[in-house]
Amino acid sequence: MKTSMKMIFALAVFAVLLTSGPAYARDQIQIVGSSTVYPFATVVAERLGAKGMFKTPVIESTGTGGGMKLFCGGIGEKYPDITNASRAMKDTEWEMCKQNGVKDIVEITIGNDGIAFASSLKSKKLNFSVEQLWKAMAAKGPKPHKWSEIDPSLPNVAIRILTPPPTSGTRDAWNALVMSKGCDAKVKAADKDSCELMREDGAVIEAGENDALLVQKLEADPSLYGIFGFSYLDGNRDKIQAASINGVDISLASIQSYEYPVSRPLFFYVKKAHIGVIPGIREYLKEFTSTSAVGDDGYLADRGLVPLEPKKLTAVRSAAANLTPMTMSK
Amino acid sequence: MIDRRSEEYRKRSALRMKKRYSADRRFRIYGQGALVFGALALCVLLISIFSNGYTAFFRTKLALDVTFDPDVLGVAASDQDRLSLEQADYYPVVNNSIYAAIPGELARSERRLAKDLISNGASIELREMVLEDPSLVGKTVRVQLTASSDLDQLHKGNAPRDVAEGLRRIKDRQLEWYDRWVQEGRVSLKFNFNFFTSGDSRDPELAGIGGAIVGSLFTLFICFILSFPVGVAAAVYLEEFAPKNKWTDLIEVNINNLAAVPSIIFGLLGLAILLNFFNLPRGTPLVGGMVLALMTLPTIIIACRASLKAVPPSIRQGALAMGASPMQVTLHHVLPLAMPGTLTGTIIGLSQALGETAPLLMIGMVAFIVDIPGGVAEPSAVLPVQIYLWAESAERGFVEKTSAAIMIILGFLVMMNLFAIYLRQRFERRW
Repeated sequence: MKTSMKMIFALAVFAVLLTSGPAYARDQIQIVGSSTVYPFATVVAERLGAKGMFKTPVIESTGTGGGMKLFCGGIGEKYPDITNASRAMKDTEWEMCKQNGVKDIVEITIGNDGIAFASSLKSKKLNFSVEQLWKAMAAKGPKPHKWSEIDPSLPNVAIRILTPPPTSGTRDAWNALVMSKGCDAKVKAADKDSCELMREDGAVIEAGENDALLVQKLEADPSLYGIFGFSYLDGNRDKIQAASINGVDISLASIQSYEYPVSRPLFFYVKKAHIGVIPGIREYLKEFTSTSAVGDDGYLADRGLVPLEPKKLTAVRSAAANLTPMTMSK
Repeated sequence: MIDRRSEEYRKRSALRMKKRYSADRRFRIYGQGALVFGALALCVLLISIFSNGYTAFFRTKLALDVTFDPDVLGVAASDQDRLSLEQADYYPVVNNSIYAAIPGELARSERRLAKDLISNGASIELREMVLEDPSLVGKTVRVQLTASSDLDQLHKGNAPRDVAEGLRRIKDRQLEWYDRWVQEGRVSLKFNFNFFTSGDSRDPELAGIGGAIVGSLFTLFICFILSFPVGVAAAVYLEEFAPKNKWTDLIEVNINNLAAVPSIIFGLLGLAILLNFFNLPRGTPLVGGMVLALMTLPTIIIACRASLKAVPPSIRQGALAMGASPMQVTLHHVLPLAMPGTLTGTIIGLSQALGETAPLLMIGMVAFIVDIPGGVAEPSAVLPVQIYLWAESAERGFVEKTSAAIMIILGFLVMMNLFAIYLRQRFERRW
């Protein structure tokens, strides 16, 4: 017993020495950010790792806002190298980055995503206008209890909509593309920002970032509607369907042309100062912008990413190769 | 005055007696009912996990005739050293082998459908085969290649085939080929060793729990070597040496409260102090183990103190009477007797730590990590995190993986608890 106790203490001392050692050198890319970009970024990361030259990047799904906060924390090994975003960087985030010394940032557009307004296959496929959706969801709207109160052609069913949390880029995009566009003119004139406020009387239910769970909830209750990215819809076509919005069905083509009203580009941001310090970042950029990844027949298209138009893709590829830093000129 | 012998009184007392007996019986039935309910709930849970998950231990293999054509591989016949074989392009070889398994000429769109039936990992499997036996180049062999997740799910019966084509991942044309292959005996289910040896993947058919198991072991190791000595030292001091005063009372109350603190708080502490102040590497078993050690400490201290208390004073007095110093009394006599109980408590604490995700979320361990960690300072996932990540994935193939991972973590917990029971039965002494 005595010797084993001594062993344990020795191990403990060893552990303390281990932890108080000098700063380690990170040789693995660290990526944070949007849960919408996560399924695509992980596939690219795995491909990079499978080639055997670099370690597979580590990717955390923190939501766009959470990712920006970590990314803009500063320069150095303890801060992530790349953040994924399902919307463009905001002015406030740009300021935060600059304040912490993160000055040169490369913005890469990887493709497009459409946000589906979906329900169970057991429910009737419907068409909504952006205005109708605003009326159903807005805090400043008429707050109807049933869909039929908005328009008699809609079903006589209670309104219950699951939305992603405010930290989610999907929610930001929904706010920008549906809530502010469908906003009532009077409300908009009074206070533009209040258009985006959502009801808190139970009709709009905040669900987590877990999109797979959302699919299960929708499947269980045909009267529920949910908001999530196209890739989840595409992967679960045997369970859920998407309503058309302003008469346009969600599809690869309608998202790519932005004809579907709720389509948006997806991004990731790279810290220029980390390139050359953390091995593999340049190769990751190259892989992510390659035709075999984001091209029309690329492996990311198979996962539900809507490719960029060829012209746009060429521009993005040259930005990735030249590491052109972004500018905020709004 | 009640006449205890009257007919009326006896009748009433018999009635009361009967009532009390039946109340007693009812009480027992409630207790049994609660047990049966608990057992049923457990059964339903286990059955649903098992029935969802057991298929994950197998994966569908497709027997294909692979031609290792040096021209397709891009290696010249003269220069077949290891490096060129390693960097050769095996992807077209895989594709050619699957086209060859389908009779007739294939249109471009059909080729794509055909390619979708074989896993992305197939070219790596071929590379490993060739590296092991370079003489394969130029030959045609029948190889068992891993099928894609879509085909895998179809073969296991997890994906429906009797719904409209638009609602299925597998298209009509692919079904046709699949049925043909089944008749030809090309499709088979093999035990999925890969599931235990590889790390996470975005392709369900390639994803494994190996990385998470290694990560969990590293994390528990760090957790144990930090929390056990500190916990035992604290308990021994408090129980055997510390004076009883306001301060020690306060510490005792706080230790008991600490055991009830939600684990996410420890995660926040880890984020603020270990990551941001001490700059320890994010998402590693080192930081995870330290955070979980904080969480496990109170459990160990409480268990150790309870077992120290259970050692009868006569042991201490006897040792003191023989001239042992207080330290000798504790280290030679009291602590060894308290060890079985302490270890049991430690194992319970560690199995709690094994199932914890909330604090790990804060320190970046909830992440997509493919490489199996080689040390405590490399990012890694742990078992419960892997379960969470798979449960969250859109691909259908991860449903069975999730349940299989749950089965593995349950297996670990059962083993740890059996070990605790063994320690208790083998070494515990009663006075």
